[in-house]
Amino acid sequence: MADTGVVEALLLGLEKAEDGVDSLELSSSLGVEHQVVVGAVKSLQSVGEVISAEQRSSKHWQLTEEGVEISELGSHEARVFECIPVEGLLQSELMKLPFGKIGFTKAMSNKWIRVDKTSEGGPLIFRSVQTIVDQVREKLLNVLNGKDAELEEKEKSELKKRRLLSEVTVKSYWITKGSSFSTTITKQETELTPEMIVSGNWKDNKFKPYNFEAMGVPLDCGHLHPLMKVRTQFRQIFLEMGFTEMPTNNFIESSFWNFDSLFQPQQHPARDQHDTFFLSDPALTLDFPQDYLQRVKKVHTEGGFGSQGYKYEWKVEEAQKNILRTHTTAVSARMLYKLAQQKFTPVKYFSIDRVFRNETLDATHLAEFHQIEGVVADYDLTLGDLMGVLHQFFTKLGLEKWVEVGNSGVFRPEMLLPMGLPEDVSVIAWGLSLERPTMIKYGINNIRELVGHKVNLQMVYDGPICRLDT
Amino acid sequence: MPTVGVKRDLLFKALGRSYTDEEFDELCFQFGLELDEITSEKELISKEQNDSKAAGASDVILYKIDVPANRYDLLCLEGLVRGLQVFKNKLEAPRYVRVSPVSGQPQKLIITKETAAVRPYAVAAVLRDITFTQERYDSFIELQEKLHQNICRKRSIVAIGTHDLDTTSGPFTYTAKPPSEICFQPLNQTKEFTATELMSLYRTDSHLKHYLHIIEDKPVYPVIYDSNGIVLSMPPIINGDHTKISLKTKNVFIECTATDLTKAKVVLDTLVTMFSQYCSQPFTVEEAEVVYPDGKTCLYPELPYRKEKLSGEFVNRKIGINESTETVAQLLTRMCLLSKLTGVGDQIEVEIPPTRSDIIHACDIVEDAAIAYGFNNITRTTPRSYTVATQFPLNKLTELLRQDVAAAGFTEVLTFALCSKEDVGDKLGKKISETGAAHISNPKTAEFQVARTTLLPGLLKTIAANKKMPLPLKLFEISDVVLKDKSKDVGARNSRRFCAVYYNKSPGFEVIHGLMDRTMQLLGVKPLRGEGYHIQAAEDSIFFPGRCAEIFVDGKSVGRLGVLHPNVVTRFELTMPCSALEMDIEPFLGQSAEALLTLDIPMQGVFKNKYLTQEGVRPDQRAPLTSTKTVFGDLSSPAGLAALDSYLSDKSYVEGFMATQADTAMFDALPSAPCPTLCHLSRWYNHIRSFQTERTHLPTVKKELVLPLTDEDHDDDDIDLFGSDDEAENEEAERIKKQRLAEYEAKKSKKPALVAKSSILLDVKPWDDETDMAELEERVRSVSMEGLLWGRSKLVPVGYGIRKLQIGCVVEDDKVGTDLLEEAITAFDQYVQSVDVAAFNKI
Repeated sequence: MADTGVVEALLLGLEKAEDGVDSLELSSSLGVEHQVVVGAVKSLQSVGEVISAEQRSSKHWQLTEEGVEISELGSHEARVFECIPVEGLLQSELMKLPFGKIGFTKAMSNKWIRVDKTSEGGPLIFRSVQTIVDQVREKLLNVLNGKDAELEEKEKSELKKRRLLSEVTVKSYWITKGSSFSTTITKQETELTPEMIVSGNWKDNKFKPYNFEAMGVPLDCGHLHPLMKVRTQFRQIFLEMGFTEMPTNNFIESSFWNFDSLFQPQQHPARDQHDTFFLSDPALTLDFPQDYLQRVKKVHTEGGFGSQGYKYEWKVEEAQKNILRTHTTAVSARMLYKLAQQKFTPVKYFSIDRVFRNETLDATHLAEFHQIEGVVADYDLTLGDLMGVLHQFFTKLGLEKWVEVGNSGVFRPEMLLPMGLPEDVSVIAWGLSLERPTMIKYGINNIRELVGHKVNLQMVYDGPICRLDT
Repeated sequence: MPTVGVKRDLLFKALGRSYTDEEFDELCFQFGLELDEITSEKELISKEQNDSKAAGASDVILYKIDVPANRYDLLCLEGLVRGLQVFKNKLEAPRYVRVSPVSGQPQKLIITKETAAVRPYAVAAVLRDITFTQERYDSFIELQEKLHQNICRKRSIVAIGTHDLDTTSGPFTYTAKPPSEICFQPLNQTKEFTATELMSLYRTDSHLKHYLHIIEDKPVYPVIYDSNGIVLSMPPIINGDHTKISLKTKNVFIECTATDLTKAKVVLDTLVTMFSQYCSQPFTVEEAEVVYPDGKTCLYPELPYRKEKLSGEFVNRKIGINESTETVAQLLTRMCLLSKLTGVGDQIEVEIPPTRSDIIHACDIVEDAAIAYGFNNITRTTPRSYTVATQFPLNKLTELLRQDVAAAGFTEVLTFALCSKEDVGDKLGKKISETGAAHISNPKTAEFQVARTTLLPGLLKTIAANKKMPLPLKLFEISDVVLKDKSKDVGARNSRRFCAVYYNKSPGFEVIHGLMDRTMQLLGVKPLRGEGYHIQAAEDSIFFPGRCAEIFVDGKSVGRLGVLHPNVVTRFELTMPCSALEMDIEPFLGQSAEALLTLDIPMQGVFKNKYLTQEGVRPDQRAPLTSTKTVFGDLSSPAGLAALDSYLSDKSYVEGFMATQADTAMFDALPSAPCPTLCHLSRWYNHIRSFQTERTHLPTVKKELVLPLTDEDHDDDDIDLFGSDDEAENEEAERIKKQRLAEYEAKKSKKPALVAKSSILLDVKPWDDETDMAELEERVRSVSMEGLLWGRSKLVPVGYGIRKLQIGCVVEDDKVGTDLLEEAITAFDQYVQSVDVAAFNKI
C-alpha cells in the first residue's frame, strides 16, 4: 500500500500546480525516496481517472563511491600533495599510503611535486609548488550539488574515465490531473468481505475493477484419460442400445477359442509368429469341452454342418497353444458356446477391451490396442438387420463414413452350428478399434501420444470431455 | 486383402468399353471389390524410391483393385474381366473342361516316397497350344506370384512350377534328395550349382531368400526330374533353366508341389481356368496323371463342379429381401454361380464352378446373391428382440471408481499390459520367477517379454516420461494385470487392480493414505479391524523399510501402500520421493441380483440343433388360430377384449419378451381392430400388426407356454399345437392338429372369462375429533358401484383424539378405479377430509 501521507501530498501538490508535477521533483521536495512517490502514483492510477501519469526518463550524473570519497577528502593527488612535508618524503613511504600510487602519478603530471632520485636512502619527494587548487574535488562537488551543468562534457567524460562519475538514467512520472481529479479519494476495496456483507458496507464501498483479460487460477484437479473417456461413451452407446457387456478380463486365451472355434484355419497368416504373441508360460491349454473340440476338428477337416470344410489336417496341438488374444471375438465365441448350452434366448452383447498383435510398431500401430465389438444373436437375422444395427450405432457415434473404421459381418454357420446353436439362429457382429476413432476425433496423428507411458500428461490435463455425437 | 494391379487400357479393351474412373469405381463397388488406387509404374517407383529412378519407367495408368482374400479367381486381369463381364450379363460363364491328349497318353508325374519327409503332394496339368503375347505372359507370371503370396502362404504350402513341355519329355519324377546330390542349372544362371551351393547363392537374393527356410533344415530337398534326368524344378525355391517358358512356348507343363493337397488342387485349378482362355481350344485343359508312391494314380486338374440346392426363401430370409426365386437365380448366375430352378417348390440348384473354391457353404452363396443384389439396396431393419442390457459388474465398479478417484485429484493414465521382465522383476527388487508372470515366447522387443503383474511400473514410467510437469504428480490407473492361475483353463487370469502414486519433494505418504481411506469410503468399507479395513506394517522390496503397510479388508489382505524404496525410485530413473498404493478391487464386487456372464466354459456340452440331435426342429409355417375363443374369453365379446386388455396392461407380448407365434395366434383371434379406448390392447395390436410380413418367421413358443390352461385334467402334451413339420407327416399332423384345436377350443369356451380383481384398503380421515365416525362410515358404505364390494372396517386413532376409518373393499379392476372410489367418498365433504389408499393388492 502506498503511504497515504505521500498520496495526499501528491494530490495537494498537483492541485496547486498549473500543469503538472514531476515525481522526481516531488520526491526531493517531500524528502522521500522516489520509489515511495512512484508507489503513490501507481496506487492512484489503479483507482480510476484521478490522475494521469506519463512516464519520462532523464539522464543525470552521479558520483561513484570513489567520487564520493574524493568529494569529502580531496583527490588522491591533492592528498599526496598535502602529506608531503617541506623536508620531503621517501617515495617508498608515500607508496604505502592507500592513495599513494594514483595520487603520485597525477600529482607528478600536474607538476605539483618532484622527485629527488639522488638522495641517500631512496628517492625523496618534494613539493614543487606552494599551493594547489584541487579542481577534481571541486568539479565533483559541483555534480554533487546538482550543478553538473557547469562542467564541460570533456571534463565529465574525463571523470567518468577515472570512475569517479557515472551517468544514470532516472525514470520518473509527469503527473497531471485526471478526468475525475479530486484531492480526497475514497479507498477502493479489492474484494467483498464477510464483514462488509454483515455490516452492509458494501453498499457504500467502491471496488477495484477486475482484470478480465487475465486467465483464472489453474485448478488443482484430477483428470480422466482421453481414451478412457471415449471408452465410457462407447459403453454408453451400447447400453443405450440394449447390449450386455461381456466379461473380457482374460488377456490370455487359447488358440482354440481365439482362432479354431471361429473357423479360422490353422495355416491362416494371422496365426503366424509374426502377428500373434505366443506364450511360453503358461504355454498350453488342455482343458476343452471335448465333444465340441471334436466337432470343431471335424468342421475344419472334413466339413459338415452344410459345409465343405477346409479339408486339411487339423492339429489339436495348434489349438492348445496359448496366446495373448488377438481379438475380443475369442470371448464372443465363449459366450456363444455357453449360450448354445442353454435354452436359446436372443442376446445382444458388447465388449471394449485390450487385444494384442505382435506387429511392427509405427505411428498408428501398437502391440496392444482396444477393440470394440458388438454381437447380436437372434433367430433369422438378416443382412438388413446387420446394416440397420450398424447404422444406428454409427449414427450415435456421429461418424458418417463408418465403413472406413471397422469390420462387420455374419458369423459363419461352421462356427455356430458346432457350438450347438439352433440352426435358424444367426449371429451378426462388428468390430473396430477404440484408438482409431479417438485419434480422428481429437486430431492425434501418433498413437503413442494417446496410449502408453510416453503420453504427455499435459495432453491428459487439457483434454475436453468426450461428446461423440457433436 | 490382396491388391491386383492391372493396366487400365488393357482392362477396358478386354471389357469392350472404357469407363471414367468414377464409373469404374462404382462398378467395382457393385461387384464387391474396391478400386484402391489409380497410379502408374512411374508414380509407384518415384513414391517408393525417388523421381530420378522413375525417369525411364512406364506411365501407363494402373488400377490397383482390392480383392477379397479368398477370391483367387480375381487375382489376374483374365479373371477380373471374366467376372465383370458375367456380372454385367455380357458373357456366359465359360465351362472348364478337362480333356485327354490327342495321343491318348497323358503326361505322368511319378511321386516317390522320399517326398513324404518334406513336401508330399504334387498335382500337374498341361495347357496345350497356348498363344502368349507379352501381356498374357506377364499376367501368367504375375498370377503365379500372387498365388504364391496368398493361398500358397509364401510358397510354404504350395509352390508352382511352369515349364515348356516341348523342351522336356516325361514321365516326370518328383522325388527328394540330399542337397549335395542335386545339381542343375537354375533359372537365369549360366552354370550348374548343387542345391547346397544354391542355398548360399540365394541367401542374398532379395526375392528368393524368403523361401529358403521352408526346406533349409530338411535332410532332403524336393526335386522334379524329366525322363532324361533334367531338373525341372527344386520346389519351392527355383525352376531349372532348361525348361523355362518364353513368349514362344506353345505347350505348358504345370506342376504344383505342396504340403496340403486341397490347396494344391485349388492353385492348379485357378491357374488353368484363368489361362486356358488362350489355348487353341479355349477353356480346355489337358490332363496329367500323378502316380503316388503307393501306386495309386489320379488325374488332374480336377476342375470340380459341385451342386448345392437351396430355396429362394432361404436366400431372401438371410438377406432380408423379398425377390422372386427367378430373380435370385439370376443374381447368382451373374456371380458365376450358374443357377436353375428345379421346379420343386422354390428350390434353386446352384452350380459351383472350379474357380469358386471360396464357396464352401450355402451362406457363401447367399453372400454372393447379396452382392449382386447390391448391399445399398437392402432395406435396413432392426433386430426385434427385446433385450435388457447388463454391465459387466467389474467394469461397472471400475467406471464408478475411476470417476471418484479423479474427483479426488488424481489423474488417470493408461499404460501397457505388456512389459519387460525387468519392469516387474529386478526393478522392483523381485525375482521374476516369484512374480507369477505369464511369459511371451516370441517378443519382438524387450518391452513385450511378460504380461504385467502389477500396475506400478507403468505409472512410474509415465512419471519418468513427464519429469517436466509441475509437482506434485498424482496419478492412478484401474486396469488388469495377469497372473498365472492353474485353476483357469488357460492357466492364467486377469486381476483388476487400482494403483495410485504421489510424486513430490516429500514422500506424501499421508496423501496416499488419505486416498486409500477415501477409496474405502467410496467402497462403503468402514475403518474397523475385523469387519472393515485396517492397515498394518509390512515388508516389501518395493517399499522403504518401515514405510510400508498392508491393507486388510474383513481380515483379508487386498493390497499395499507405502513410500517407495529409493532403489526402486532410482531404477525407474526418478529423483524424488514417491509413495504408492496398489490394491485388488475384485474383493469389493459384491453380489449381483442379475444372472451374469462368466468366462468359464462348461466342459460337458448340451446342445441342440439338427446336426447334433434329432429333436430340434425348425419352426415353420403355423396354422393360425381362427377362432375368437381364447383363455381371456371370447374376443368377439367386450368382456373378452377387456380381459385381454387388462392382461396386456403390463406386458409387451402375450408370452415372454419378444413377439412370438403366441402373439400372431392371438392377433388372428381378434375379429377386428380393437376400440382405441382399450389402450393396452390397441398398442399391442398395432405392434403385432407391424410383424405381419414376417410373421411366419417369428419364433415359436414352447408348447407349455402357449395359452396356458389351468384345468387340472389338462395335459400339456395333448395339445401339440406346434409340432413336427416333417414333410412326410404333414398331412396326418395337420389333421390331428385340427382335431385337437377343436377339442381345445371346446374346452376353452366352457371356461368363464378371467376377471381381474383387487383388494383395496382405504384410509378415510375426518375433519376433527367431533366428526361422527359412525355416520361417516355409513356414508362411505353408501357408495355403491357395479363390481364394488365393501369389506370390514375399523377405527384407528391418529392423535388428539382423532380417529380415522380404515375400510377394505374388493373391486373388479376394469369397472372400479381407485380414483372413482376416492371421488365418491370425498363427496361427503362435511365428514371427510381426505381419502388415501393404504394398500392395494391384485387378487
